[in-house]
Amino acid sequence: MARISDERAARWGYTGVAALRNSKKQLAFMVILVMIALWGYAVGMHGKIVGYRDVYSVTREIPWGMLIAGYIFCVVTSTGLCLVSCVGHVFGYEPYMPIAKRSVFLAIVFMLCGFSIIFFDIENPFRMAIWNVISPNFASNMWWMGTLYGLYLVALCVEYYFLLEQNHSFSRAAGFMGVLFGVAAHSNLGGIFGMLYGRQEWYGPYMPIYFIVSAMMSGGAAIIFFTCLARLINPEILDQKQERAINAVRQLTIMLICVIIFFTIWKVLCGIVVPEKYIAIHAFLIGKYAPLFWIGEVLLGFLIPLVFLTISKGVNYKLMFWGSGLMVIGIFFMRYNLVLEGEVVPGFAGLHVMEYPDLLNYAPSFHEVAIVLAGVSMTIFGFMFGEKVFNGHQFQKHEVVPAGAFICPGCGGIHYLKEGETHDEAERRHHKLSFRAPK
Amino acid sequence: MDFNKIDLDNLKEESLDSVSGLERRNFLKMGLMITGLFAGGKILSVVSKVDEVFASTVNFAEQYPYKPHYSMVIREGLCIDCQRCMVACHKTNNVPEYGWRTKILEKITPDAIGRKRGFMPILCNQCNNPPCVRACPTRASYKDQRNGIVRIDSKKCIGCKACMLACPYDARYFNEEKHAVDKCDFCYESRLSKGKKLTACAAVCPTGARIFGDISDPNNVVYKMVHQIEREVWVLRPAVGTKPNVFYMKATNPSPWALRRQPDVR
Repeated sequence: MARISDERAARWGYTGVAALRNSKKQLAFMVILVMIALWGYAVGMHGKIVGYRDVYSVTREIPWGMLIAGYIFCVVTSTGLCLVSCVGHVFGYEPYMPIAKRSVFLAIVFMLCGFSIIFFDIENPFRMAIWNVISPNFASNMWWMGTLYGLYLVALCVEYYFLLEQNHSFSRAAGFMGVLFGVAAHSNLGGIFGMLYGRQEWYGPYMPIYFIVSAMMSGGAAIIFFTCLARLINPEILDQKQERAINAVRQLTIMLICVIIFFTIWKVLCGIVVPEKYIAIHAFLIGKYAPLFWIGEVLLGFLIPLVFLTISKGVNYKLMFWGSGLMVIGIFFMRYNLVLEGEVVPGFAGLHVMEYPDLLNYAPSFHEVAIVLAGVSMTIFGFMFGEKVFNGHQFQKHEVVPAGAFICPGCGGIHYLKEGETHDEAERRHHKLSFRAPK
Repeated sequence: MDFNKIDLDNLKEESLDSVSGLERRNFLKMGLMITGLFAGGKILSVVSKVDEVFASTVNFAEQYPYKPHYSMVIREGLCIDCQRCMVACHKTNNVPEYGWRTKILEKITPDAIGRKRGFMPILCNQCNNPPCVRACPTRASYKDQRNGIVRIDSKKCIGCKACMLACPYDARYFNEEKHAVDKCDFCYESRLSKGKKLTACAAVCPTGARIFGDISDPNNVVYKMVHQIEREVWVLRPAVGTKPNVFYMKATNPSPWALRRQPDVR
């Protein structure tokens, strides 16, 4: 591994792998997480060897199950982290700037963990690497989703590198590309469902739109949750700028929860009037999947976080921690329900033949649960690793500020003043916001 | 200011009626293509399918896109659930016991007068607008341009199962032995490409419930069965817009063509 020079380490806030040993308790927790992940992946490899048919509970009628839900959960959160953080460091809204480093790092972690989950869902992942390139189907949303997510991951890595380097021009450009690829990739993920004209429950423009908005909601929840967790690891990271940023994200998240509640209400209302959709909607409203919807999605995903985040007023971190934590769990249920609701009603349900019931059963198998657990453990491990090694994603600590310079309240880097320039103007110049001073 | 008087008698008509269908279609196409550019390829397939619009059961197609255009007519009332077609299919195409390419559905109508049980064979509909082909990221599923059969290039299949999700007819399953999704290909690999004229299921059907042929040939039995108005012909789930090539009709008596068992060589 290439050594990182002291100067660069100082700029990156890199404290070295030795920092992992600071707290024995946390190190032990991380070791446990890695062990869970390794166990889960080993279970997944077992499934790969013996054949998924024997170990997963997916069938020909329900070909996508919990693994796809887990993958969607991870990539949705990743896109959301990217979208919410870009409000600050890409589009220049200052209160959001301090969350950029942690968010982009987490977006990469979530993306990789999402890929690790789908690796165990795709039957021939190695063929994918070859045929996706030499035999692309440009009409396939699946192809666009995979390709654009690949580009998105590259853009995120470049963005993160330049964030570490405090090169804001490049990080901003890469961040902008990340947003473009992220939105395109993610709406294509929604498009996979939305363009299946054989599936009434999903078909239509609703899915891509819903995916993007709910991604931002997930991103907001993840930022609040992981910042609260980071505060538990190192209480010192929450300075004034961070507090302000978290409050801003909290407000956005509350609004997005309301938007998604609105989306969900209309999805249900429209589903009730169409006989084919009604069977699925009925199953999730009062039928056998109702607990998944009411407890998982509505209570954990919407209501509790809405109340907790609102009454926390952005200062009660305990409430925000629980609110956003339960919300993240609720969002997993949302993805799970979303995948399931389009599949539980077989295509031939309307024929009332003996071979196809009106409603199909699905419950995840041990292998599927283990792999999703592995992905989640790996995400939390990645988060803790980042917190430790990059010192809570804090900005460079400036012991001595050179003459004619100041510490930027937005990005934390050192900005030099040109002659006759105010701090504000220097900051705007540095972040390429606008050269005009505000009146 | 001076205004010219409007000559109402010779005014050029600008209502929608004066726009020709062709003009309208071209305009729509242009709009779709421009939208397609921005929609990351999502619209591409919609544009490309415009020209392939194909016979519904009400309007006969003037021209079929493939030659031969393989097609099957299932005469529902004749099926007796002997399942010889399923057995033949498993044997001919090496279908594993956990999967199926064709199946017979059973429907019981307790309130019906007289006959209460009905059987309905199902198989891949070889759609002209196949959702599975559109969903496949690597073109492993494709529409064979020679004969209209939806086929699978097993080596390209990555096993994402998007096609299984896309198929409205539950015609696909994942074949562990092939490491690829598998489905009915009208016995192309096992029989048609080797010179045989019928699919295995049609060849063994003792009652003539499955009639297989080339719908683009006016002398073919399938063409004759579909291109008539005496008996209703329908397709499964027409609202989905897949344009199936498997047609269904009711028949309890021998057909007007006195066809019981379809002869292999015609």
